[in-house]
Amino acid sequence: MNTILEAQHLNVWYGDFHALKNVDLKIQDQKITAFIGPSGCGKSTLLRCFNRMNDLVTTAKVDGNIIYKGTNINSKSIDPIKIRSQIGMVFQKPNPFPKSIFANIAFGLKVNGFKGNMEEAVEESLTKAALWDEVKDRLDKSALTLSGGQQQRLCIARALAVRPQLILMDEPASALDPIATLAVEELIRDLSSYITIVIVTHNMQQAARVSDETVFLMVDDQRSGYIVEHDNTKQIFTQPKDERTEAYITGRFS
Amino acid sequence: MINNEKLKNDISNVGYRHFIGKIFLSLFIISTLIGIIGLIILLIRVGIEGIPWLSTDLINNYPSRKPDEAGLKAALFGSIWLMGLTGLFSIPIGIGAAIYLEEYAPKNKLTSLIEINISNLAGVPSIIYGLLGLSVFVYAIALGRSVLAGSLTMSLLILPIVILASRESIRAVPGTYRDAAYALGASQWDVVRKVVLPAATPGILTGIILGMSRAVGETAPVIAISALVYLRFVPDGPLSRFTVLPIQIYNWVARPQEDFRGLAAAGIIVLLTLLLSMNSIAIFLRNKYQRESEE
Repeated sequence: MNTILEAQHLNVWYGDFHALKNVDLKIQDQKITAFIGPSGCGKSTLLRCFNRMNDLVTTAKVDGNIIYKGTNINSKSIDPIKIRSQIGMVFQKPNPFPKSIFANIAFGLKVNGFKGNMEEAVEESLTKAALWDEVKDRLDKSALTLSGGQQQRLCIARALAVRPQLILMDEPASALDPIATLAVEELIRDLSSYITIVIVTHNMQQAARVSDETVFLMVDDQRSGYIVEHDNTKQIFTQPKDERTEAYITGRFS
Repeated sequence: MINNEKLKNDISNVGYRHFIGKIFLSLFIISTLIGIIGLIILLIRVGIEGIPWLSTDLINNYPSRKPDEAGLKAALFGSIWLMGLTGLFSIPIGIGAAIYLEEYAPKNKLTSLIEINISNLAGVPSIIYGLLGLSVFVYAIALGRSVLAGSLTMSLLILPIVILASRESIRAVPGTYRDAAYALGASQWDVVRKVVLPAATPGILTGIILGMSRAVGETAPVIAISALVYLRFVPDGPLSRFTVLPIQIYNWVARPQEDFRGLAAAGIIVLLTLLLSMNSIAIFLRNKYQRESEE
């Protein structure tokens, strides 16, 4: 098993609030890892450490190491812009730019100085995101004319365009209807053949359906998040080692 | 527990509540009409008095003591010069300040002090800007009573308007767009230039329309700086002396002869035409940007 990303003694504060406590975690290469746990347990916070999105929150402080391919990317000497062009992100609500479908995909390539054939690159990304056939005749139309599910797959295509090896997904299907959710889940499974995915989800069935590995987080009495258990998904959902995990996945608390 | 008796009473009051609703609805309609009717009466009066005086002479001639020969060429070109230069200064500076305050400035006491002051400046009487311009641009920097000094003064006057409107529209750009851009490896400048500004452009253009409309109609600061009415030439450069349409109109209205009142009305029509054509360019641009993001 290859590790693509490892968090070591990770602690996150927002001002005085200790949001995440002593996280040690290994993310396996070309697998889908799901973060599950009750609201406010720091799943999204942990995810946003991996591409330094917490840098944009002025009160946030992230302590500890995040080793990505042998480099500590949490170090101040590493420019977050470089990390974000290698580690992509998909957000909870579909957030295409109010630009054309084509311009949405091209955006990341342009800011990263892509010099190749833009038409080909856009087609390739949309094809990978299983969206090409639906939008190929209206690439110049605004992305906002797409349905919610299409918009989210466009956001995935946009992230794929800059060819990341790791994509972080923060509840990517929570704003979608069941059919659109299924399409996104199918896409995530397809992508996992060549890309590593970390997905935060509120939906335990979703974690069970799509992920290879599951990390269960909880909050302590100071409302700080911590990892309870991390194992392969089958193990977590059939024979969890920790009774709190079992209580959570059987729905005894949320 | 629901109080059934009270609920029944409330329901029986529906007719009364509709009645109250209708009273307020008619009040709002009357309020709207007062504004519109006032404007229509004004336009009709100006039209009746001014249209007979509209001619090519009006635009081609310089001021004269004889109403038949009087024109507003100097004032029209002075206004166009003033607008052009004012736009040149105030639009980039205003948008730049708004970008800094919204996107870059740290949120601290100094920043909020600056913000409060900019809002207050939008309410300062324009003659004060005129006197400031007179002492700073005309005398201290020795630009003289030039169209450059006038437009710098006018820029100061409308900057708060442009900054406030631009900030509002920059702030209204959803944070999710910024997140999306940052997550793709965009730098802060990429985010500002390629995401925030395009999305904020319609609102910024609205601010520019408001500011420029204010500037083209202002009289007091120009009186303080230029004070010329009988100008028999058009500005030939930024350091040229100038006059503007509102001053010319004011001067004609103040004349005792009846004919000059007609000329003044014609001058108002020219001023409104200038204003509307300027605004229609901005509105055209704004609609173009809005369409682009929605289509």
